[in-house]
Amino acid sequence: MQPQTLIALLAAGLLFSGNGLAATEDDPLLGMLNIDQLEWRDADDGSLLSWDVQGWVGYDLDKLWLKSEGERLAGRTESAELQLLYGRAVAPFWDLQLGLRHDFKPAEPQQWLAFGLQGLAPYQFEVDATAFIGEGGQSALRLEAEYELLLSQRLILSPEIELNLYGEDDASRGIGSGLSDLELGLRLRYEIRREFAPYIGLNWERKFGDTADFAREEGESTDDLQAVIGIRAWF
Amino acid sequence: MKNINLNRRQFVQGLALGGVVAGLGVPGGKLLAAPAANQQPPLLSGNRIDLTIGAQRVDFTGRSRFATTVNNSLPAPTLRLKQGEEVTLRVTNRLRETSSIHWHGLILPTGMDGVPGISFDGIPPGETFIYHFKVQQSGTYWYHSHSGFQEQTGLYGPIIIDPLEPEPFSYDRDYVVMLSDWSDENPHAIYAKLKKLSHYYNFNERTLDDTLADLRRQGAAATWRDRSMWERMRMSDRDLSDVTGYTYTFLMNGQTPMQGWQGLFKRGERVRLRFINGAAMTFFDVRIPGLKMTVVAADGQNVEPVSVDEFRIGVAETYDVIVEPSDQQAYCVFAQAIDRSGYARGTLTPDAGLTAPVPPMDPLPILSHADMGMANGGHVMAGGGHQGHDMKAMQMDHSGHQMPIDHSRHGMMAEQAGHDMAAMSPPATPQPTAPQPVKHAATEYGPHVDMRAENPQYRLDDPGVGLRNNGRRVLSYADLRNLNETRDRREPQREIELHLTGNMSRYMWSINGVKFADAEPIKLNYGERLRFTFVNDTMMNHPMHLHGMWSELESGDDRHLPRKHTVVVQPGTRISYQVTADAPGKWAFHCHLLYHMPGMFREVHVI
Repeated sequence: MQPQTLIALLAAGLLFSGNGLAATEDDPLLGMLNIDQLEWRDADDGSLLSWDVQGWVGYDLDKLWLKSEGERLAGRTESAELQLLYGRAVAPFWDLQLGLRHDFKPAEPQQWLAFGLQGLAPYQFEVDATAFIGEGGQSALRLEAEYELLLSQRLILSPEIELNLYGEDDASRGIGSGLSDLELGLRLRYEIRREFAPYIGLNWERKFGDTADFAREEGESTDDLQAVIGIRAWF
Repeated sequence: MKNINLNRRQFVQGLALGGVVAGLGVPGGKLLAAPAANQQPPLLSGNRIDLTIGAQRVDFTGRSRFATTVNNSLPAPTLRLKQGEEVTLRVTNRLRETSSIHWHGLILPTGMDGVPGISFDGIPPGETFIYHFKVQQSGTYWYHSHSGFQEQTGLYGPIIIDPLEPEPFSYDRDYVVMLSDWSDENPHAIYAKLKKLSHYYNFNERTLDDTLADLRRQGAAATWRDRSMWERMRMSDRDLSDVTGYTYTFLMNGQTPMQGWQGLFKRGERVRLRFINGAAMTFFDVRIPGLKMTVVAADGQNVEPVSVDEFRIGVAETYDVIVEPSDQQAYCVFAQAIDRSGYARGTLTPDAGLTAPVPPMDPLPILSHADMGMANGGHVMAGGGHQGHDMKAMQMDHSGHQMPIDHSRHGMMAEQAGHDMAAMSPPATPQPTAPQPVKHAATEYGPHVDMRAENPQYRLDDPGVGLRNNGRRVLSYADLRNLNETRDRREPQREIELHLTGNMSRYMWSINGVKFADAEPIKLNYGERLRFTFVNDTMMNHPMHLHGMWSELESGDDRHLPRKHTVVVQPGTRISYQVTADAPGKWAFHCHLLYHMPGMFREVHVI
């Protein structure tokens, strides 16, 4: 399926979903762009620019999502992906999401179907769990969770975890099957406004199994503790 | 700490003010609203009144903004009418969008009620609509736009109706005290922010310090029990106002707290204060330190006088009180927002040069389990600012309650929140109808509803969160008793139960889980006497306003039901009122919190 076709299908899905074609007075068409992380990391290999951005357009219960994350090292894009998803609320705190993921890097571009659940778990954990089926039969699972601890009304400490699992080895991209990598983050932000918060923090990455072996073959490290500095913003 | 910061912020706002500043080069000309603190809003009286709705520059915060005004005034001019007379109100719309005026609480024909889409088509730009009706009642009411969010931007004003018969109480002076909330932000932007981040305006959230304090005070086990319910539910016990002093400047008769409204009196005079809550979203707790207030009317209708130190006024409610300042001193009229994020302020004084000290705001109210409609932890006891509570102590402490305690029902509320605490009921209040186990409609289940009260109680004698056991005599609905006999003594022939529902974090509001856009009208039979019962399945107060007919609150004495136009349904409670469907036509019926209204709304058809 071509990305354009999928976008058209998703847009149609949004328009013809529960809310019908038009916004109602209580439920206007809104959009949000959320730059969750835009940061510089002091990585083993040099200064790394990393981003994690989400945006949506839609209604209370139906939204068209755009998600992107990636890394640039020394002016070169190491990894970059874009997801386009249709999300439908399925529970008070949960949205089911279905769509397409496109990886620009690493290696050759690759497309995935994406199916995920995003929301707020009991005890206020923000969770995003997405399963991917790649065009070459690869499968992947990504689990992300984040918590917000308020040190004051504006100073917020946010621990975070991300896990990536894969169905099979992909040597060209340095990916091994099973648990591939784990990322733990701890960021301290100050909300100058709700919409704008600079932060500092630590990020620790660890590769496992064959992914770690591939990294060693390339002479890369398998774990890396990085200091980070960045901004979080939305509008 | 919070208070200091807030005061400083308001002080800075005040410095830049000089009041409601007239705009230059703006259509509409000079703003007439109270340039001097002791000036009352402009007064219009007689049987023919012309009102012009327009856009007008104002400055409450040091920044110039457009307000929606009537005759260039914010609040809109006070209308002084006479009971029994026919009035003609010619309303011209000089805005670029459709507008309207609804006469809040007035009994009149449906076509004169001023709700676009229900009573009429609205007033298009440049056109004049002539309202004509007979004034049937007397008392204190108000009027406001019923179009879009114009009410937030200033389109509200007082109505005083002088009675045909002499009043059952005497007074020497008469002041309107209209409370409201002003924001420099566009109301559509406020609504969008609430949809994107529902706690955007809440800067009273629980922090690590609070949890550490709880741990020190009550130990780990009690803290965990207390916290885990809220954390499982993904809700905050500090969620009192959706929109707060972070964006709002609270006004008293159009005056900022820095300026303060001023009312003069001579020592020994009886002063009538007509409090009107014309805010878009803010409940106020009102008191005048040093003075008892005798409440003589609620929502314009006379009640048996009751002497109190303080009352909570819900959005759109009115209370008339009489005070008797006996000393040659100034008194502070203090109206703090329910979430303590700010206050409106005025001064009653014998001398224009005197001002009274402003009391500190009370501690932040913390919602209890009872406010969530839960059986356990149901004690309505944690006074304002009492953070968290000791479950063990609460389970023991049954002694202070004179009412029978019902252990028969207990339940649970939120999605997937299962709980294991000891079942316990809140102190019951006199119950107008026998309590039934609560039933929730199938439409209340889904992503649009985040909780359901499993044990909602009648809590008429509960002054509300933050006012319980605060050492002052606080008005509650149980105090309201109509001065006159209930006119229609028929037993209600049927009961309509409505559940107030929503999803806080998605910022969706509905009734029985169905929002207005998807709802069928509620049909009443002309002439019937019926009962509306509300169950609040949210953690917010909802001021429910039925147009066209009185809501006769079942406050304990069927022979003297107080007649209200707006009834506050406290979180986690059940409350009911009787209605005589004596007004044929189509009427609006909704929560009067402006940003709840688009969803939490029904049409009522009396056929």
